[in-house]
Amino acid sequence: MQVDEATVRRIARLARIRITDEEAKALEGELSGILAWVEQLGEVNTDNVPPMTRVADMKLKKRKDEVTDGNKADDIIANAPMTEDHFFVVPKVVE
Amino acid sequence: MTDLTKLTLAEARDGLTAKKFSATELTQAFIKAIDAANPHLNAYVLATPDHALAQAKASDERLAKGDARPLEGLPIGNKDLFCTYGIRTTACSRILDDFKPRYESTVGQNLWDAGAVMLGKLNNDEFAMGSSNETSAFGPVVNPWRRTRNGKIDNAKLVPGGSSGGSSAAVSADLCLGATATDTGGSIRQPAALTGTVGIKPTYGRCSRWGIVAFASSLDQAGPIAKTVRDSAILLGHMAGHDPKDSTCVDLPVPDYEAEIGRSVKGLRVGVPKEYRVEGMSAEVDALWQKGIAWLKDAGATIHDISLPHTKYALPAYYIVAPAECSSNLARYDGVRYGLRVPGKDLIDTYEATRAAGFGKEVKRRVLIGTYVLSAGYYDAYYLKAQKVRTLIKRDFDNAWSDVDVVLTPTTPSPAFGFGEKAGDPIAMYLEDIFTVTVNMAGLPGISVPAGLSGEGTPMGLQLIGKPFDEGTLFRTAQVIESAAGRFPVPNRWWA
Repeated sequence: MQVDEATVRRIARLARIRITDEEAKALEGELSGILAWVEQLGEVNTDNVPPMTRVADMKLKKRKDEVTDGNKADDIIANAPMTEDHFFVVPKVVE
Repeated sequence: MTDLTKLTLAEARDGLTAKKFSATELTQAFIKAIDAANPHLNAYVLATPDHALAQAKASDERLAKGDARPLEGLPIGNKDLFCTYGIRTTACSRILDDFKPRYESTVGQNLWDAGAVMLGKLNNDEFAMGSSNETSAFGPVVNPWRRTRNGKIDNAKLVPGGSSGGSSAAVSADLCLGATATDTGGSIRQPAALTGTVGIKPTYGRCSRWGIVAFASSLDQAGPIAKTVRDSAILLGHMAGHDPKDSTCVDLPVPDYEAEIGRSVKGLRVGVPKEYRVEGMSAEVDALWQKGIAWLKDAGATIHDISLPHTKYALPAYYIVAPAECSSNLARYDGVRYGLRVPGKDLIDTYEATRAAGFGKEVKRRVLIGTYVLSAGYYDAYYLKAQKVRTLIKRDFDNAWSDVDVVLTPTTPSPAFGFGEKAGDPIAMYLEDIFTVTVNMAGLPGISVPAGLSGEGTPMGLQLIGKPFDEGTLFRTAQVIESAAGRFPVPNRWWA
């Protein structure tokens, strides 16, 4: 799979990572190389093979649907770069 | 007094019990060693001497009262992927900045509850993505081992492996008695092999992942790196256990792993997979493998040729699954709730600027690959295909388990390499994990045990792969190799 520069820019936009022109150029080659390498999986017949979900056949654990945690607003905002009272502050989203 | 840092974890435990020295003396010896070595090795990204001495003091009080817990007063290092309450945790990424968690990882808490002392946070590849520790935002870790060429010591810096390169270097340089580590594609076993230490990645679900910075959630597991097989058994026993906070962590009792040490392997069926004889494998790695086979045979095990036909597809499938899951896991670093923030003209601009400045090159590469393979129209062709290949890889092992109890392979295709030697070519670096990654893909336990030296005098390891939740057999078998091969302490403390 050949990835062109426009595709690199589209993916970077989806991933919310700003990239420079120089990075876009380098990534074009690197991503194409990696994707060409993983294409060998096409040789494997996977008809009627279920995708793996986990190593041992075990039921996913469940617990009672009840509140087990809370009242930790101070902890939650303790590491935030910008806060006001118990809110995270971000640039204005809606005019 | 003898150099306390040279003791194994088990010896230090016995010394504390016999009151030959105190937990404070032991901890101080390590603090001194870290001060001297860290400017040269860069194994710790944060030393926490005050924290360690406070824990040691509490341990000494318990020891005096005869109220010691199983790991009482034993100083260990903690990989910077494990969240530590109130102590900076970065995953060695700029994007976590000065993050001080308001919680402790379950594995860490289990160790502290057992009495262990934390010396500090250990370096690793950024978000555990790498095989040489060269992607860390804190700079690379230096392997305490050096090559010998033409009878002379070569001063060129070698990598300690990765991603748990701080853990492997610290253990081999005697900067802790043992260390926590994590393994997504080989990140415990490969660095252990490159430093002459023992590393075990347990079965997926054996240890809780809660409070460990996530890379690829269906592959990540915690485990120890230690000086000996016995030490690794002791540590895993106190890291593992059920945790309601991780739904993938199993509710199974933790066996007494240390009791496996010294048990016979008579009649044990050892599989040797022909697919691991890969092109480009060095002759000395092959010779080491043959030695391992001979040692196990001498100890009464039987050797069986087996086939794991999908082996060659494990690494390419991994480089779909792991980036896909990482792109999803790392979406949380948005500059809003914790860590670095680079202000932009609007919210999306803030995200993009923050992630551009906060993530390193390899992390960006993997997030972008992951975003691509999960993007509209490609999910079935890449991610779903890779998960189906995973089923086939696991079936290969399931079939093998009807004929053998354990599988023996080399840990890595070659011994430690120099700084920058593989940094320019992502795929060459990815091939470091060629023998270890199948184990993560199948969710199995795997241990690397040092088994010999290369022609350049650097250590090489052998890997044992076990059935799900059969870590006990791995410890028992690895001990046979350790007893036959001897231990591999660093010959020369050139940094001290």
